[in-house]
Amino acid sequence: MGFGPHLLLASLEGLVTAAVLSLTALGLSLVFGVMRVVNVAHGEFFMLGAVLAWFFSTLVTGHPAVGFLLALVLSPLVVGLVALICERLVLRRLSYDPEATIVATIGMLYIIQQLALTFYGPEARPVLAPFNFRVALPWFGYSGYKLAVIAASIVLMGMTWFVLTRTRIGLVMRATQFDRETAQNFGIPVDRVYAIVFALGAMLAAVAAVLIVPIQQAHYLMGLDPLLLSFIVVIIGGLGSLRGTVLAAVLIGLSDGIISVFFSPTLAKMIATLLVALVLVFRPQGLFGTVAR
Amino acid sequence: MTENRNKTNILSRTLDRRTALKGLGATAAGLAVGPGFVRYAQAQSSEPIRIGFQAHRTGIGAAYGRWYERTTTAAAKLINDAGGINGRPLEIVTEDDGTDPKRGAEVVEKFANQHKVDVVFGTLFSHVVVGSAPTAGELKIPYYVVSEGYHVASGKLNRYVFQPGITDVKAQVSSMAPWVSSNLGKKVTMIFPDYAFGHDHRDFFTAAMQAQGGEVIQHVPIPPTESSFTRYLPQIPSETEVLYHVMVGPGVLTFVKELGEFYGGGGPKLFGFIDSLEAVDIASPGLEFLEGSHFWEGMPRYLQPDAPDYVKAYRDAVGIDDNGASKEDGKDVSTAAHMFGCWETLYVIKAAMESAGYQGPDDRAKLVEATEAMTEFAAGPEHPQGDKKFNGKIHQCFGHQNISQVADGRLNVVHTTSIEDGMYEPEADYTTQSL
Repeated sequence: MGFGPHLLLASLEGLVTAAVLSLTALGLSLVFGVMRVVNVAHGEFFMLGAVLAWFFSTLVTGHPAVGFLLALVLSPLVVGLVALICERLVLRRLSYDPEATIVATIGMLYIIQQLALTFYGPEARPVLAPFNFRVALPWFGYSGYKLAVIAASIVLMGMTWFVLTRTRIGLVMRATQFDRETAQNFGIPVDRVYAIVFALGAMLAAVAAVLIVPIQQAHYLMGLDPLLLSFIVVIIGGLGSLRGTVLAAVLIGLSDGIISVFFSPTLAKMIATLLVALVLVFRPQGLFGTVAR
Repeated sequence: MTENRNKTNILSRTLDRRTALKGLGATAAGLAVGPGFVRYAQAQSSEPIRIGFQAHRTGIGAAYGRWYERTTTAAAKLINDAGGINGRPLEIVTEDDGTDPKRGAEVVEKFANQHKVDVVFGTLFSHVVVGSAPTAGELKIPYYVVSEGYHVASGKLNRYVFQPGITDVKAQVSSMAPWVSSNLGKKVTMIFPDYAFGHDHRDFFTAAMQAQGGEVIQHVPIPPTESSFTRYLPQIPSETEVLYHVMVGPGVLTFVKELGEFYGGGGPKLFGFIDSLEAVDIASPGLEFLEGSHFWEGMPRYLQPDAPDYVKAYRDAVGIDDNGASKEDGKDVSTAAHMFGCWETLYVIKAAMESAGYQGPDDRAKLVEATEAMTEFAAGPEHPQGDKKFNGKIHQCFGHQNISQVADGRLNVVHTTSIEDGMYEPEADYTTQSL
């Protein structure tokens, strides 16, 4: 295969990674940005989204698209509900204390993973893609569904951006993020905002997971990779910055795709880690983050 | 019990009858409850033989573990129905190793020290075998693995590790290379997992193709944690005639699907190890392009027209239908190409224990020597996959391999190798190690 088509394939693969990663990382970034909670269980919400997608898609028969759409709607809702319960039962009782919430979310990670193992089992199970369309390029074929994932991610990111910057809910969130006490003094129900943000963060991870199951299958151990990559993205992009998260996700996704195609996947991971180190040394708040006050 | 009665008789001279009876009862109760004592006093011949089954219940080997467990349970039931081992019932004690080498070693230790099993048996994934073998050697507990890697036959493990129920990768690939080079093509690209099991394929298949006048023009190793594979496919040179693929773990279905998306109907001829599709339904959407391609199978997944009765009996006992899926759930596809190894290994343990006159853990050294003394296993109900030769020096068996072709969404055997095709010069001799 010539250099051009090779690069094209690497970029496409990188964009699929970036698409899913930006949604997942945005959830993590949002939770930290607004609540100052480092959610170590974020990868498990991702996994839960995938596992539930398998469950909902098997409930219906007929065209695979029906099951997939059902999963796309229901799976994030259920994950959001689980996150809401976790927030009410655990994080709130710890008063969102940074150290305590790290330990608590590690606990949540193990509990969710074990529950998935108990009720879903250790197998990797596929969810049928809503459509099987092979884009035949002159040099190689490419999955039409993967291209659709990139498009879906762009639409979802746009929607999130709209909610955060153009709606009252977004305004309230940003106010809470900017200064919790002042927001409370202005009558913003900070407590309720936190609950919604935590659920929303988990739902973003779940949506990303539903999009990826037809490509990768659902497995109870699948939460670890997205968690690590999300942290890398969030550190590079700047915590709580939508723009930074998207840019860093595209950067990491594309470099992962291209470097691992032309060199080795290990080198891609090394470079990502090196980037994190450089960002932490020269710009600790991330590329687009603001200095904490 | 005779001793007890005599004792009581002596005592009853000075005690009244009621106290004597009470004392007798208490002694009997004490004997029944006391750990360790009852075994030697009365149950020498009826105490079960305990086999520790190291199972991949969770982790990436779970699909294999599920079927290894079903096969083991079925074989143990048959052995017990036929009178057990040396007249003693067989008891399988199962522990999950999470398909993890560290936990594997812990499980072996637990079997030896806590469950007090006689031998350990059953594990598949090569990294777990390699991780657990030293512990088995230190504890001097025989460890019968049902793996595939060359680790046992290479001599790198120790005298307590055996692989008597399934052929190793070196024998598998060298027996099939002649068929591949004369039927599919001579320029091969290999895609394999980047750890011990995959490296065995890389080293031995490359050498075997060279011996046939063929050539492996490109190696594409894939890291074990990878869940998406398209990015590796451009590394396959366009002059490739045969694409040799062997992948394992949860990503297998994804791998084969992406291969199909990449090549569509075109591309090189495919020769896969069934590991790339083990426990996956060949009729899954997106796998249509596999039609006409070939796979290695240790034992055929689909019931072949010429299958002997003992193969049918084996399939019934394990609970798989003509398509190799669970009789209860047609979507639950078995790991037929590997799991027969559990069945056959249990029967090897039985034969070795009987020939050694095995009574308990003190006879473990005798059991090792009895296993090493074995040379042949005849095809039949105890060895449904076929006859095998066993080399006691390298603790490894050699058997037949099947090459199957996908036609109408099922696998039909088109070639079966002879045992001699896979024989190689042993590189080790475990019998020189002290017990």
